[in-house]
Amino acid sequence: MSFFQMPSPVVARRLFLGQSSAYLSGAAVALLAGNDALAAGSGAADATDVQILNTALGAELEAIAAYQLGAESKLLQKPVLDLAVTFQGHHKEHADVLARTIEKLGGKPVAAKAAYNFPADQLKSQADVLRFAARLEQGAVSAYLGAVPLFGNRDLSKAAASILGDEAMHWAVLRQALGEAPVPSAFMA
Amino acid sequence: MSTRRPWRAGALVLCIAWPAADAAPDVARGEQIYARCQACHALAYDRVGPRHCGLFGRVAGSVAQFGYSPAMRNSRIVWNDKSLDVFLAHPLKTVPGTTMTYAGIPDANERADLIAFLKHANDTLECANTRAATP
Repeated sequence: MSFFQMPSPVVARRLFLGQSSAYLSGAAVALLAGNDALAAGSGAADATDVQILNTALGAELEAIAAYQLGAESKLLQKPVLDLAVTFQGHHKEHADVLARTIEKLGGKPVAAKAAYNFPADQLKSQADVLRFAARLEQGAVSAYLGAVPLFGNRDLSKAAASILGDEAMHWAVLRQALGEAPVPSAFMA
Repeated sequence: MSTRRPWRAGALVLCIAWPAADAAPDVARGEQIYARCQACHALAYDRVGPRHCGLFGRVAGSVAQFGYSPAMRNSRIVWNDKSLDVFLAHPLKTVPGTTMTYAGIPDANERADLIAFLKHANDTLECANTRAATP
């Protein structure tokens, strides 16, 4: 059905968003798994690629748990709480795509830990939670940056860079929420 | 008046303004570099990577309860200034198969600063408490 035939703009918008989401998810999997590219020989994924993806998956699973801790801490007020839940959703998407890609490449995705050792006793205010999350996101940017040149398959490098961009935006927004300069420098390391 | 004096004066200014290549490691700069490690590591507790408190003199792969790669467990590395410097430059080349899939820190001065920070951190109360709490 054409968007012009929709009974209302709301229905049209819902349908569009639903389709976009499905399209993006599929595209993300294709981007990360890159089966076509692999077949084309742009650099075969090897055991190191699978290990890099698994290390990234471990960090994403930890980030999901960290945001869960923040969301359940009762320290976050709206709209910061909504932001944390949104960012957690992104990490869930990253983790899902990474796990599926690892499986496609013949690896075994790492599982989330039963418990994580977060310094929960040091989180006493919204700012503490934001700082904690910002530190994790900054680290994630550096980790992906350090992983991008290591992939044997360049499509995996591209996909990791795509996730890096998302983590960098998280970091900037969290810094902004803390009243800090959102983008503290021209380069990341 | 010698024509060489202005040159000498210029050289003196350069010496003062330009840090020597072998300048002492900078702990504060090392702390900033440590932010890169915090995707996976913390000083006092294990995360995706093992804790850094107690690092110096520790045999690689020996933190109890931490799930190391076989490569790291079997590396026979003892962590000190030298081994950290080599490992941090090229983690995957130094220990092929390590789960620390990070390109490394190519700048020798940055590695020195980071190692200085890790050493400093190991002398802090945070690490002392960790050592006291570790069975």
